[in-house]
Amino acid sequence: MRWVAAKNRAKEVDRAGWGRTIAAAVVSLIYFFPVLVIIITAFKKHTDALAVPAKLIPDAFDWLVPDYLTFSPTTENFVNVFSRSFSTGAAAQDTGFDLFFFNSIFIAGFSVLLALVIGTIAAFGFSRYPLKGNDTYLFVILTTRMLPAIVVIIPVMLMFRVTGLAGTYTGIILLYTAFNLPFTIWMMKSFFDELSRDVEDAARIDGSSDRRVFFKICMPQVVAGLAATAVFGLILTWNEFLFALLLTGVETRTVPVAMSQTIGGDIGVRWGLLAAIETLFLIPVILVTFFLQNQLLRGVTFGTVKR
Amino acid sequence: MKSTIELRDVTKNFGQFTAVRDVDLFVDAGEVVCLLGPSGCGKTTTLRMIAGLETPSAGDILFGKSRVNNLTPEQRNVAMVFQFYALYPALSVEENLTFPLFAEHLSKSKRQARVADVAEILQLTDILNRKPSEIAEGEKQRVAVARAIIREPNCFLFDEPLSRLDVELRESMRGQIKEVLQGLSKPTVIVTHDQLEALTMADRITIMRDGLIEQIGTPHEVFTKPVNIFVASFIGTPQMNLLGVELIRCNGNDAEVVLDGNPLKFGVEAIASELSPGEITLGIRPRAFSLQSESGKDAISVTSEIIEPMGAETLVHARTISETEIRVVVPREKKVTSGETLHLRPDPGQTLVFNKHGKAAW
Ligand SMILES: Nc1ncnc2c1ncn2[C@@H]1O[C@H](COP(=O)(O)OP(=O)(O)OP(=O)(O)O)[C@@H](O)[C@H]1O
Ligand SMILES: [Mg+2]
Repeated sequence: MRWVAAKNRAKEVDRAGWGRTIAAAVVSLIYFFPVLVIIITAFKKHTDALAVPAKLIPDAFDWLVPDYLTFSPTTENFVNVFSRSFSTGAAAQDTGFDLFFFNSIFIAGFSVLLALVIGTIAAFGFSRYPLKGNDTYLFVILTTRMLPAIVVIIPVMLMFRVTGLAGTYTGIILLYTAFNLPFTIWMMKSFFDELSRDVEDAARIDGSSDRRVFFKICMPQVVAGLAATAVFGLILTWNEFLFALLLTGVETRTVPVAMSQTIGGDIGVRWGLLAAIETLFLIPVILVTFFLQNQLLRGVTFGTVKR
Repeated sequence: MKSTIELRDVTKNFGQFTAVRDVDLFVDAGEVVCLLGPSGCGKTTTLRMIAGLETPSAGDILFGKSRVNNLTPEQRNVAMVFQFYALYPALSVEENLTFPLFAEHLSKSKRQARVADVAEILQLTDILNRKPSEIAEGEKQRVAVARAIIREPNCFLFDEPLSRLDVELRESMRGQIKEVLQGLSKPTVIVTHDQLEALTMADRITIMRDGLIEQIGTPHEVFTKPVNIFVASFIGTPQMNLLGVELIRCNGNDAEVVLDGNPLKFGVEAIASELSPGEITLGIRPRAFSLQSESGKDAISVTSEIIEPMGAETLVHARTISETEIRVVVPREKKVTSGETLHLRPDPGQTLVFNKHGKAAW
């Protein structure tokens, strides 16, 4: 499969011509540059990270560029993410980042999955068994995302205080699920709306119950939509900062919050360390996006290329 | 139990709009009935009610002797071929064919045998592993038919099964479907707006207009004895000529009318003598004229305008003195030029008479 896709891509290069392909590569590089700088910084010593002009070339290439532009790569930042060593020689201390990474993955993964399950079923209902005033309901669902987070946070904090959800996994997962639901419902409804009703009628005539129609006929047709919705939800949840800052406790802290708390300390902002955390933080999202990319491409273009 | 389909006074309203009105229809086991009519006349709605995809607003639907109004599509056990085939896009051809067998709890080997059987009949053996998006239109059509005949349903329903195929494919599929259906003694309803399809495939044709049934009859009956002007002009190509004339008198089998001021005599069915003198409409098929050499008695004089060669025959569009259009089909050997005056004598045995309300007098 992958191989076939790669071959097709090669053909597309032929069609677009090298000129356009290179132009596209240059533009992509400009977009990617900030991320690239972060990844490079993650491999720098503290002094290199502060240097102006920025040192962007590993010293393996010092025969190519002047010395003041090169740095010697180190992995010490990555070690420091998880255990903090002291110049005084005291025993290294656990930073707790392994827990924070687990929290981020667990909370984002669980809430996106939950939103996907609930949202898909709800979307199918809205699409196939419309209520009186269906559009009003859909609109109301969306209004929950119309206010800036900073406005919503106060009532949410009060609710969490009263219910005792503050600082718990359940609390933050429910909150993120609720955040992802409107988007999931709207996305999935548009995918269900696109499907041919005749196909479902045919399945009914062929002796299928409504449930079997949903699982066997409808779901396989919206896999691309599921993938796209999941990735968007995942990115939003993964990067969420404000609610995580105020509603997670020491045990349930996510990476964005923990990351912000490494800023400061005896030697100012430790850019190398920060960049290393960010680099690690990027990996899960990149992996997910990479594995879903075939589905994703079909999903984000909605119905435009289907059929 | 003998399987038959019966509709009794079936009506379907969508809000204020009545899509199907008081339809009575009986389809016997092994019989093929075509629903024919212009777009929007309620053919699909009727079919969907039989399948259980729509609930009738009034009236009863019976399979055999039992009323099925309240049964779901899965309980009715019908097979239907949709206008756009409605194959399951995410499943392979083979999985499409096995899908209806799910409810029958067959062993795997039996299932495979059934699939192999229908795949053989409809020549699908080579494409069993492909997805619907990877096969040609004609193959999709065959898969849809195969999926319908793989079970043993109470009846077969086809919604314009051939409308998306090209002419050649349509002809061969028509034959194939007919052959397949002949082997199965089930009632079959085929919806179409292609009259050739109806005339060739049906045992009986039901002609609908605006939700009402206008006529039910064998292909021969609806062609030779249409009950009204609508059916007469709907069935048969080129379309039947309809001439408004003044009836002078009708005596036994002889009628005398005035067309454009010229008296015209011809033979009609005896029953036409019940018509009182006045405005009537004559229906004459384009092939039911004989060409006269000169303007004689009982011939209509027309001027030819457009000549359309149709292969074996030639279609001539002509006009009478009073500008009424007349279509006439002449043999290919007869060379007609535009602007030429023709003298047409209606074949007495093939002239239909409609009263001033458009109802046939036969
Ligand atoms: N679900 C519906 N809601 C409202 N009106 C409908 C609905 N389904 C059909 N109609 C109307 O009922 C009438 C009959 O529709 P139907 O689909 O039965 O026509 P048809 O004879 O199959 O036409 P065609 O040859 O174009 O397929 C049409 O005027 C259509 O607009
Ligand atoms: Mg239709």
